[in-house]
Order: sequence, then C-alpha cells, then structure tokens
Amino acid sequence: MLAIKTEGLCKDYRLGFWRRRTRVLHALDLTVEAGETFGYLGPNGAGKTTTLKLLLGLVLPSAGRAWLLEQEVGDPEVRAAVGFLPENPSFYDYLTGEEFLAYGARLAGIPRRRAREQIAALLDQVGLMGAGRMQLRKYSKGMLQRIGLAQALLGDPPLVILDEPMSGLDPIGRKEVRDIILRLRAEGRTVFFSSHIIPDVEMICDRVGILLGGRLARVGRLDELLGTEVESVEVTAVGLPEPIVEELGVLALAPPLVQGGRALFRLRGDVEVDKLLRRVLEAGGRIASVTPQKRGLEELFLAEVRAGARR
Amino acid sequence: MRIVAIAFMAFTEAVRDRILYSLLAFALAMIGSSIVLVRLSVGGEAKIVKDLGLGAISLVGVLIAVFIGVGLVSREIDRRTIYTIMARPICRAEFILGKFCGLGLTLLVNVAVMTVGLLSLAWLLEGRWSPELLPAVLLAYVELLLLTAAAILFSAFTTPTLSAIFTLSVFVIGRLIGDLRAFAEQFGGAGLRALATGLSYVFPNLARFNISEASVHALPLGTGYIPLALLYGGAYLILFLAAAMAIFARQDLK
Repeated sequence: MLAIKTEGLCKDYRLGFWRRRTRVLHALDLTVEAGETFGYLGPNGAGKTTTLKLLLGLVLPSAGRAWLLEQEVGDPEVRAAVGFLPENPSFYDYLTGEEFLAYGARLAGIPRRRAREQIAALLDQVGLMGAGRMQLRKYSKGMLQRIGLAQALLGDPPLVILDEPMSGLDPIGRKEVRDIILRLRAEGRTVFFSSHIIPDVEMICDRVGILLGGRLARVGRLDELLGTEVESVEVTAVGLPEPIVEELGVLALAPPLVQGGRALFRLRGDVEVDKLLRRVLEAGGRIASVTPQKRGLEELFLAEVRAGARR
Repeated sequence: MRIVAIAFMAFTEAVRDRILYSLLAFALAMIGSSIVLVRLSVGGEAKIVKDLGLGAISLVGVLIAVFIGVGLVSREIDRRTIYTIMARPICRAEFILGKFCGLGLTLLVNVAVMTVGLLSLAWLLEGRWSPELLPAVLLAYVELLLLTAAAILFSAFTTPTLSAIFTLSVFVIGRLIGDLRAFAEQFGGAGLRALATGLSYVFPNLARFNISEASVHALPLGTGYIPLALLYGGAYLILFLAAAMAIFARQDLK
C-alpha cells in the first residue's frame, strides 16, 4: 500500500510587487510505501514545506494530484488517518497542554473517554507529564515541539507528517524526537518528515528524497544512494619520526595531520594501505587505527546542491 | 461536533480578549449614565433610558462584531495556529461556520448581559418589567450576526484593517440605504436613482432591524414584521456566509 503518492504536483505562488507567478514546486512525482520512514531533504526555500502543505490540503495545487493512503487529498476525511506537526509550531498560548490536546482530539473526532486516556499516554511519551496543566505560553521551544508531536500522534494515525521536527532543538531534544520517530517506525507507521539536519535523517530513514529548487533531484534507499563502496581509508600511526611521515605523505590523498606523536593518513585504497602499513612497521612505528570511509548523506547532499547550482 | 469545538474555542478566545470587557464596561456605563439625563428631562424618563440603552447595545455589539470578527480568520493564519486545525479532517466551510457560531455566542452573552442591565434600570425607574424591548433586542442581535458574517467574509480575502473598514461601510450604508433610496426617488436624477437601487440590492437594509423607536414608544409594527425581518436577515446571513466559505475554500494557507 502506498502511504503517499504524487503525480506531476506543481505549485505556483504570486510573489513580489508585481505579483508575478512563480513556480515553487515542479511536477513532483513521489511515492512513499506504507511503513517507511522517509526523509525529505532540501535547503531552505527548496519547496519542502510547500509539498507538505499540498499533501495536507493547506495550499491547493496549481497542477497535478496527490494521494494519502490511496485517497485523494481533496477529501478532508483522508486527514483523519494523518498526524501533522508544522514547522516552528504555534498554538493557542492561553490553553494548557491538556486543553490543547483535548481540542485536537475533538477536531479529530476521537471520543471523549478515549481522548482522555490517549492524552495522558501521549504526555508521558513526549516527556511532558508534569506540564500538562501548564499554559502553553510558559512552554519552552523544546516543550512546544514535543506538545506539537503529541497532537500529531492523537488518534494513533498510520501516517505521520512532520515538518522540520528537530529544528531549533538542543541535542537532547533532537535525540528525544529521533527516538519517537524510531518508535513509530518500529510500530509500523509511516513517517514522512522534512529536515535539513542531515545526520538525523541518515540515522533514522529508510529512504530519502532530495529537493532542490522545487525539483526532486534524487530519491531512493539510503544504501542505493550512498553505495557500499569504500571511498578512502584513514590510518592513524603512532611513534613515527618526522622524515618517515613526510616520506609516507606521497601515498596519501591529502597532507597527513600530525598531532601529539600521532599521524593521520587518508589513503585511496588497499594498495596504498598495504604499502603504508609495511613501511610504518619497518620504521618502528605502531598502527593505532584503520578506518574505511564511506560516502555519507551529507557529502551526497552537498554534491547535489553544488550540481544543482551549476545547472 | 467539529463546528461546536471550533465555535467553543472562538468563544473562549473572545472571552479572554480584554477589548470585550472594555466594550461591555463602556456599554453598561453608558446605560447607567442615562440616569443623569433622566434628571435633566421633564417626563418620559424611562423612555430616555430605554432609548439610550438600546442604542448602547447596538453600538457596542457592532464594535465587538467588527473588531473581533475581522480577526477571527486572519489572526489564525497570521499566528499559524490554523495549520494544526486544518490538518484535521475538517472542511473549510466547517471552520468558517464554527468561527461564526463562536462570535455569535459571544455576542449573545454580551447582548444578554447588557439587556439585563437595561431591563433592571428600567424596572428601577418604572417599577415594572419592560418586555416590549425584547423584540428590538432580538432584531439588533440579528443585525450583529449579519455584521459578523460580513466581517468574516471580508477577512477571508483582505487585511484586518481593510476588513474593518469594509464591514463598518456595510453598517453605515446598510443603515442609510432606505433613506438614500427615498431621497433619490424624490429629488435625485436618473444616475442617483440607479445608484441607490443598485446599492439596495447589494447591501442589506439594516434599518429594518432597528425598531427601538417603535419598541420604546409602543408604536405598532404591523403583523408579520418581525418574522419577515428575521427571514430577510437570514437570507443575507446565508449569502454572506456562503460567499465567505467559497472564498476561504480557494485560499492558500501559506
């Protein structure tokens, strides 16, 4: 089953003083399978939030169609099975956390008794158990993000759409959000989230899409996109005299880094590694570590951004 | 159910708005201060209080309808609180209707409080209740609902400031349209007559909802006047709300 599908989805806005029609999303064709955790990457202004708003019916498409859980997005009832956390969420600040969640539950059509149980459980899950009766105006940014996540999870939706869920959070907050997403994944739910915090995406996603200038530049499984090939090998050697370090420097891709008696060499492949290891041992040195380096999502993302800028 | 939830939240928000209490205090002070005028007048004391009181209910109601009404939708968009609401299984028409009902309830409570104040004062002066004022209050409330719908309609496509100006224009033109048409019929040329007729088709004749003079002086209104006025108000209300829903349904919530 497809959790999300778009066909030729386009969005134009009228921008500037003359209100010129500007296309911010170009013929997006995207599918997300049910149960996947999909990371939607892109620099600021790439069209990530516009895509999410199109999926939720907050903005209307200029062309193309979209489906959530195999129902066309024009029908409001499709959103009964979807939870959404907007970017930098803003809520009625005079409500308490519990009142806000109760309002969300009423709008979602959740029966009162079930809502009460769910609210208590969700507050516990997002670590706001003691803050449920506090007004939202007194919440910190991290707490607002967490109450936003809690409202997105009301009614146990099979599809959760999160817009920059880690944005503005400290490392602890980011880890908590990551853990919640991983838990949703373990429960078999589909999570579609936009982000520009690449290490987080790399850590938790099955598939990623990279959006550049309103166009989907790359999409696929992480292992497909990044490949399994080793790009380089980092070798750390200890106790080498300076002339030997200089001699071995010719094998490396970049000048070796020397600090506190340790020399770090970045080498292209096995042949160079063999030569270096042999020479280090001959010279009376010791090998501290050998680390193969694979291409990361960050490198792929930056390469795509650079390629996009050239285009 | 969802409309009720949105209406209740709009009511809660209005109740927490300080402007509401300022206007309510102003209205009650206005009704209370009419006692001073009573002392200066000879005869007809209670009528002055009733006349001023009904005027205060209408004036303050209009201010609440306009200044809270124009922010009902636009404030949700500006503060971005609308995203989590419209991401629920709610259609845009339900949102508009919920907001309208919320402010309608706020106005009902305010009009009720002001009416109780006015009736109590009239009772103190006359030693009897004045139920003849209630039809005037009812029609004033219908006029306020119409203005609320107009404020929501304008705020669905323009800024709060322009919405307030447009809604107040509906109020002023609506109150004067009958007189303008009569004047054009008697003294105006073909152009003025056409303009007055055109305006009377677009704007509701709000003077039909102002029966305070007839109520205070116990003048006959004619049979069927109130039901007809309610039907007339209802038709415009449906028209305004349908237009607001149609515009809001096509709007991007950026």
